[in-house]
Amino acid sequence: MDYLRAFLVGGIICVIGQLLMDGTKLTPAHVLVLFVTLGVFLTAIGVYDPIVDFGGAGATVPLPGFGYALAKGAIKGVKTSGLLGAFTGGVSATSGGVAAAIVFGYAMAVLFTPKSKQ
Amino acid sequence: MQNKKIQRINKQMEYNAYVKQKIPKPNYIKNCFWAFIVGGGISAVGQGIHNIFKETGFNREDAATITAIILIFFGAFLTGLGVYDRIGKSAGAGSIVPITGFANSIVSPAMEFKREGFIFGVGGKMFALAGPVLVYGFSSSVIVGLLYYFFRR
Amino acid sequence: MARKKIGKQTVKLQQPPSIVSTASTVGPKEGKGPLSHYFDIILTDDLYGENSWELAESKMLRETIRAAIQRADKNIVDIEYLLSGDLLNQLMAASFAARDLDIPFFGLYGACSTMSESLSLGAMLIDGGYANHVAAATSSHFSSAERQFRFPLELGNQRPLTAQWTVTGAGAAILAARGDGPYISHVTTGKVIDLGIKDANNMGAAMAPAAANTMVAHFEDTGFMPEDYDLIATGDLGAIGKEIAEEIVFDKGYNISKVFNDCGLLIFDNRVQDTHAGGSGCGCSASVFCGYIYKEMMEGRLNKVLLISTGALLSSTSALQGQSIPCIAHAVTITNILKH
Repeated sequence: MDYLRAFLVGGIICVIGQLLMDGTKLTPAHVLVLFVTLGVFLTAIGVYDPIVDFGGAGATVPLPGFGYALAKGAIKGVKTSGLLGAFTGGVSATSGGVAAAIVFGYAMAVLFTPKSKQ
Repeated sequence: MQNKKIQRINKQMEYNAYVKQKIPKPNYIKNCFWAFIVGGGISAVGQGIHNIFKETGFNREDAATITAIILIFFGAFLTGLGVYDRIGKSAGAGSIVPITGFANSIVSPAMEFKREGFIFGVGGKMFALAGPVLVYGFSSSVIVGLLYYFFRR
Repeated sequence: MARKKIGKQTVKLQQPPSIVSTASTVGPKEGKGPLSHYFDIILTDDLYGENSWELAESKMLRETIRAAIQRADKNIVDIEYLLSGDLLNQLMAASFAARDLDIPFFGLYGACSTMSESLSLGAMLIDGGYANHVAAATSSHFSSAERQFRFPLELGNQRPLTAQWTVTGAGAAILAARGDGPYISHVTTGKVIDLGIKDANNMGAAMAPAAANTMVAHFEDTGFMPEDYDLIATGDLGAIGKEIAEEIVFDKGYNISKVFNDCGLLIFDNRVQDTHAGGSGCGCSASVFCGYIYKEMMEGRLNKVLLISTGALLSSTSALQGQSIPCIAHAVTITNILKH
């Protein structure tokens, strides 16, 4: 059942992204920035938590989930280490993913070369 | 002078409106269908990975981080193999919006600019596309942290 | 006095130079297109044994120029000027090709209009009495253009339906003071036209007014009518741009529909090759002219052609700064029959 809910929520978030890309002048880069910022904002006002509770990975895997992790981390940081936590919380909560992206990105660039499109 | 400028702007607006009706409309239904299927599919795979690690004793947050790392690996690897751009051609936002798309936006410039060297090429261009996501994501999280510190405590 | 100038924008060449040979090279995708049997060299690997897309493009241009010189039964030392350009920053492909070729070189930037721009200037150099043999050449490469103007190859983005596909290809033509044709008889130089299109994914619509403007100027200056031509070929307007150009020219009183086509539509079969609005790039009109059009003229199936290569003069900087796209189109009349 949680698979189906993840599928549904993740799919809907992507459809919103698709509609933004097809229907407006927004490029993929704009949509990604918008989604991350939106994820932070919605988490801060408490709207995103219920979506995560319902959709699980469907809400955390798409990019608003990255914003969710950032905002959650920032709030948790403030709770545990005060003002310092406002700066360290968000980044440390997402540091695993960012570090992984850098390391894997570098490794793939060493291993592979881009291929022309057909 | 002023008149000429207004005339030019009017002509441009007229032409833009004329061009607009010539532009073929994207196939919304097909595009949204594939975005839904692929985006939902990646999320469901993420749910599976999440469940496995949660059952082996990780807490929810750690399991989510591990899920992100594994999905990033797959996104990066499929990009390296030259498969991810082909998925993206049909899936659109379905493969751009999930975290695997974030990985794709980091790996593709890193690969593309390898020929410009490992410092200025791979290192310098890696965040050409994903950089803005981190800039706005990190900044807004700090703002949320500060607001929480001053107003909610 | 400008004795050869007729009308506002057109030159009538007194002793029309002859295009004594051409050569064309295309990439694998273009080699599968409808014009494949007209091209001289079809690459199986578009990296062409080089280390980067830019160097591959430069090699393609260099080898195409060499092949054209060879076909004209000339040696490199016989060629007095090389007029060439491409899409890359600081004309990397053309400059690097010229470095190896050892021919006096004028680098041209006219974006995708470079083929007819170099033919125009080459013809004027020869008719002016400044040279006997001139090479006019240009190239573009899908992968080098993509990384400079758009996105990395492996990025999983979707191309809009208005987007065009940059042709991997090169074309070179050798012009000579004496020869048996086809001849360049008229040159109409375009003005930069900008009707405010900002979408870099809709270049055809941006360039169409420039193409139409040059076409109308050509008809007015020369007194030619569309019926005088067997083919009027624009460079890379694609499906949308072609339709718009035809309508603008029709509004000015010329019906070109019977003889009008676009190199970007000729080179690919969109239904099979998924190229959206059509081909684009310097190499598009270059390979179609040096391959298809030239050979059809040699066979006598086409006798009088107006080639109008079209260029979008945007840069990645101007696009990011939100500027609209200035465009240009140059026309050359190429004919088998000279009237005296």
